[in-house]
Amino acid sequence: MATTPTSTPAPKTNRIGLTVLDYRGGKTTLCAGCGHNAISERIIDAMYEMGVPPERVIKPSGIGCSSKSPAYFMSRSHSFNAVHGRMPSIATGAVLANQKLIALGVSGDGDTASIGVGQFVHLMRRNLPIIYIIEDNGVYGLTKGQFSATADLGSKLKTGVINDLPPIDTCAMAITLGATFVGRSFSGDKRQLHAMLKAAIAHKGTVMIDVVSPCVTFNDHEGSTKSYKYMKDHEEPIQDINFIPAFEEISVEYDPGATVQVTMHDGSRLQLHKLEEDYDPTDRIRAISRLHEAHENNEVLTGVFYVNTKAPSFIDMLDMTPEPLATLPESVVRPGREVLEQVMEGLR
Amino acid sequence: MATTDVALRQATGQAGQKRVVNNMSIQVATVNGSGSQSSNSVLLRSIFQMGVPVSGKNLFPSNIAGLPTWYTIRANKDGYIARKKEIDFLVAMNAETAKEDVMSLAAGAAVLYDEPLGLDKLRNDLTFYSVPYDKLVAPVCPEAKLRKLVKNMIYVGVVAKLLDIDMAQVEKAIRKQFATKQKAANLNFAAAKAGYDYAASSLTKQDPYFIQPMDKTAGKIIIDGNSAAALGSMFAGVTVVTWYPITPSSSLVETLIDYMKEYRIGKDGKATFAIVQAEDELAAIGMVLGAGWAGARSMTATAGPGISLMAEFAGLSYYAEVPGVIWNIQRVGPSTGLPTRTSQGDILSTAVLSHGDTKHIMLIPNSVAECFSMATDAFNLAEQFQTLVFVMSDLDLGMNNWMSDPFEYPTTPINRGKVLTKEDLNRLGSFSRYKDVDGDGIGYRTLPGTEHPAAAYFTRGTGHNEQSQYSERPDDFERNMERINKKFETARSFVPRPEVITTGKAKLGIIAYGTSHWGIIESRDQLRNEYGIETDYLRLRAYPFTREVHEFIEKHDRVYVVEQNRDAQMLSLLKLDIKPELVTRLRSIAHIHGLPLDARSVTDELSSMEGK
Repeated sequence: MATTPTSTPAPKTNRIGLTVLDYRGGKTTLCAGCGHNAISERIIDAMYEMGVPPERVIKPSGIGCSSKSPAYFMSRSHSFNAVHGRMPSIATGAVLANQKLIALGVSGDGDTASIGVGQFVHLMRRNLPIIYIIEDNGVYGLTKGQFSATADLGSKLKTGVINDLPPIDTCAMAITLGATFVGRSFSGDKRQLHAMLKAAIAHKGTVMIDVVSPCVTFNDHEGSTKSYKYMKDHEEPIQDINFIPAFEEISVEYDPGATVQVTMHDGSRLQLHKLEEDYDPTDRIRAISRLHEAHENNEVLTGVFYVNTKAPSFIDMLDMTPEPLATLPESVVRPGREVLEQVMEGLR
Repeated sequence: MATTDVALRQATGQAGQKRVVNNMSIQVATVNGSGSQSSNSVLLRSIFQMGVPVSGKNLFPSNIAGLPTWYTIRANKDGYIARKKEIDFLVAMNAETAKEDVMSLAAGAAVLYDEPLGLDKLRNDLTFYSVPYDKLVAPVCPEAKLRKLVKNMIYVGVVAKLLDIDMAQVEKAIRKQFATKQKAANLNFAAAKAGYDYAASSLTKQDPYFIQPMDKTAGKIIIDGNSAAALGSMFAGVTVVTWYPITPSSSLVETLIDYMKEYRIGKDGKATFAIVQAEDELAAIGMVLGAGWAGARSMTATAGPGISLMAEFAGLSYYAEVPGVIWNIQRVGPSTGLPTRTSQGDILSTAVLSHGDTKHIMLIPNSVAECFSMATDAFNLAEQFQTLVFVMSDLDLGMNNWMSDPFEYPTTPINRGKVLTKEDLNRLGSFSRYKDVDGDGIGYRTLPGTEHPAAAYFTRGTGHNEQSQYSERPDDFERNMERINKKFETARSFVPRPEVITTGKAKLGIIAYGTSHWGIIESRDQLRNEYGIETDYLRLRAYPFTREVHEFIEKHDRVYVVEQNRDAQMLSLLKLDIKPELVTRLRSIAHIHGLPLDARSVTDELSSMEGK
């Protein structure tokens, strides 16, 4: 019809009145086509849709291409680009200082599984509330394409070098050590990664998501097991994931025989429609054994491998006052004169 | 006084010897893990309770049980509490070292030994007392497995009798030591009494050493430096503590945990702190920086090997400007070195810890009182200057018991530094994290979680501009590094000032720091009394150096820098800081044996360098 619009419609906002633009970051300096950029997009969408105030989010990272990416999403959140392999300790300190922060840590496969493996395993043990994302491409990008410790046996570098050491499966490791939400996804699997990230935001405890994220410059060729093509051919999703946030008052019917429903800490529901009949994401031992089977079969399993909403988080264990330690006033953190006198008396 | 000591030493063992009152060192040689620590504490406290200035130093091995250990108690009426080089009274309980211990004594010393050791045949210029410990212990301690421990309390009784230490004070000290265990207190007092009675009936006093009551310890406390540092940190308002166990710093955090559980749990039963044992020192400092970045008062405690591991993060703190406090309880390096011996060997490496151009603020306590007070200074400076502050204690200070006046309640308010709140941002609209707004080099920061759209900034160890944006521009880099240097220059006016003692007539100066202080004050008296050498003295309390340090060097012809390391580390830092023409005035007196610095060694070396 010939009606002329008189005003542009108000931009779409989320439940806290922010537009998706309020979650964007700086312009990426990563290569065109880099999987990491897709992951940044998914983070923006998930945070926007979940209505997370960006000011409550912190984005610690280590060193590498992956760890640069926090500059490319959520500029209204504080970022801490730390030293190589040490993002877990920075994140831990920050969350101890202010338990109201939502920590979204970004690491890479080298940053996590090689130089940072020590801090990685201990972070998993503590079940600190954090979303830990590995942007996993199997190579060191910034130093021009050396193998990392997640590279598969037999995978080939551009230079023709064949990897002859077994990969570290960060998911199996995380489950073994005590992380309470563990999954693997693929930067090219928009729908799955999006649902997983939203569930991660609802989880209280350590979320570890290994996202296979092809390096278009150094590891996307024939013979690589972390290329777009290899992932398209070998990705085996273990479930079809549906996430229903607590604030969406909708009921979704599901068949308990075919779908596992997990109620998250905030009341959100994570529905895992089984693609493998007997897979139970609350069974740690089975999860680990299934991951090892996958390596034998050259499958790249994706999905939520393990979820446990009952385990106490590190913050629960420390039994701290609910106010952030960072801003406790002097009257609370400096005991009175009588305390010093009492201690002195005992030393006389 | 040392001159009199020499005269008395010659007279000892001869007829008509003079009494040496409240001036002696007692060394107890035992086996690690034999429980002698309680006995030695009781002996130390008994003398302290009699009003006599006293210090106790534990020379122990890196071992759980079985290796030799020595505990030296020095009682001195003039208040000298440095380690004394000479031993006057040896309690030989360790068969393995007994012979060597006896042979190393100067003539005139006394030896108390376990009868079966038969040490009295070794020399004829010492006074020997033998005690049949096994015979004495059986009646007072029916439980055979406890005898090894209780045996040690017998020597306390014997020493008390021989030196005239009041048994009422011994009992009081035992009851304090075993405050919560009455049975153990009774058993131990019975053992001490058995020793006392044996000495009264079977030993004849032949040595000249006596303890007599004085009034020089009234109101004073006894505490180790690590506990003092823990207390100080609690009163400084620490909220996040992360650590990895390492000798000699572990007891600092362990004591802190006890204090915090006692005094920093809120009325709701919730902790106003978080203490985390990290997986290594890399994680410990990472957590400190994460917490400091997010606004907590955070700290860790460590020693040399831990400091080395923290180097990379120390550079990040310096360059990204993140506050934190690190207690470095120095021990002997390099490498694992002598893990249970004392040193000032990390001064240089800590001052410039990390790659690139870095300089860190260091505070250097000399006493338990300064371990307490410098905690507040350290946290305030760290937040004021948005950087790491290192508190350079050492094993001697940290793990040994020291007398002190009671600590004064901190009067300095907690200073959180330049932190912009939501309200500030509403007023300002925006801010530049690394802009020198006030001319002191220090920028304004915001804490994560600040509810304002302009609050966030990107913290990074990579090159950045005033807005904290990634930058490789030469001018950005240079300007930023110059500004950080300006902060360091500003810090000169805020760090603790040195303690300066000027006589008005000395051409010689001594510069020392930390625990060396105790040997220096005694050595200055020795130099004056024995050699007629008058000295002025400056005790450094911080790096960067303040104005007084430069003035002190300018005013003296020669300045001896005394320190407990090989390479004259503080002297090297001074060289970088002072006018080139003054460099030649500096002389080094350095010791690296791992034992606390004694006055005599300094006196000998300085007088010899002065041609005396």
